[in-house]
Amino acid sequence: MRFAVVQFGGSNCDRDTHHVLADVCGVDTDLVWYKDGLVRPYDAVVLPGGFSYGDYLRAGAIAARTAIMADVVRHAKGGGLVLGICNGAQIGSEAGLVPGTFTLNAYPKFISRHVYLRVENAASPFTSLYREGEVVRVPIAHKEGRYVAPADVIARLNREGRVAFRFCDEHGNATPESNPNGSAENIAGVLSEAGNVLVMMPHPERASESVLGTEDGVKIFNSMIAHIEEHGRQEA
Amino acid sequence: MNYTVTITIALKEGMLDPEARAIRHALANLGFPAGDLATARLFRITLDAADAAAAKEEARQMCERLLANPVIHRYTIEVE
Repeated sequence: MRFAVVQFGGSNCDRDTHHVLADVCGVDTDLVWYKDGLVRPYDAVVLPGGFSYGDYLRAGAIAARTAIMADVVRHAKGGGLVLGICNGAQIGSEAGLVPGTFTLNAYPKFISRHVYLRVENAASPFTSLYREGEVVRVPIAHKEGRYVAPADVIARLNREGRVAFRFCDEHGNATPESNPNGSAENIAGVLSEAGNVLVMMPHPERASESVLGTEDGVKIFNSMIAHIEEHGRQEA
Repeated sequence: MNYTVTITIALKEGMLDPEARAIRHALANLGFPAGDLATARLFRITLDAADAAAAKEEARQMCERLLANPVIHRYTIEVE
């Protein structure tokens, strides 16, 4: 089993993510420079957080149009797992891996703090180690994280169980007050139609060791590993 | 022929514009109470094309493939 963490110019959570995968979860993980492309098969590709291309134009817009993203889209179409975290979520949505987009927070400033998330779908390859309705504590750090999509798209996401996480309070209520950035229906993480891509604004890699105050995020990586152990590698 | 295309990208009607809201508030603090206020982004690009229609089509493709996000944006193109 092998994971890839893609490094773009301006990625800055790539090494944190690699550390969690390699040292905490114990899975072989390559850091892949975007210019090198995905030159070998991977079981999962992680698009890490950061500020690729300085967030010029729109966060994630330029990285989404690099050649390696064609490799990532091909990997996803073949059924391989893709996890986009924060800037990786913005890149993933800009690349069309999931519908909708992440844009400027409703109050247009950078927010960096811990939030609560409610697990909406505990049957996906990314969330199977959670319980449905479980409330987890994970940090966010973004200025362009407000999820926007047409009403019919959001209805479809709800209907198909493709909202993985919603922002909520500590009791699991998805209220306007617990919605840090104004996302539509408190949406914090979205699954692709086939369920093998998850993009999310919160940072699970910053919540994967007790020394960091919360280990609630590590189940995402361990769910992916469990899924791959069960189903094997999906070749593009 | 050399053409200059001017592309204006704005939010679709009804989309929340947090920057505009903050700017409107700041203007009001300076004694300029504004009714509606919208922001947009302007790109001025020079390019070589067979004619004005071809230049406009190239600009449209730039918008569709990179400059605009169809989920939130609309755009206009002027050619000169």
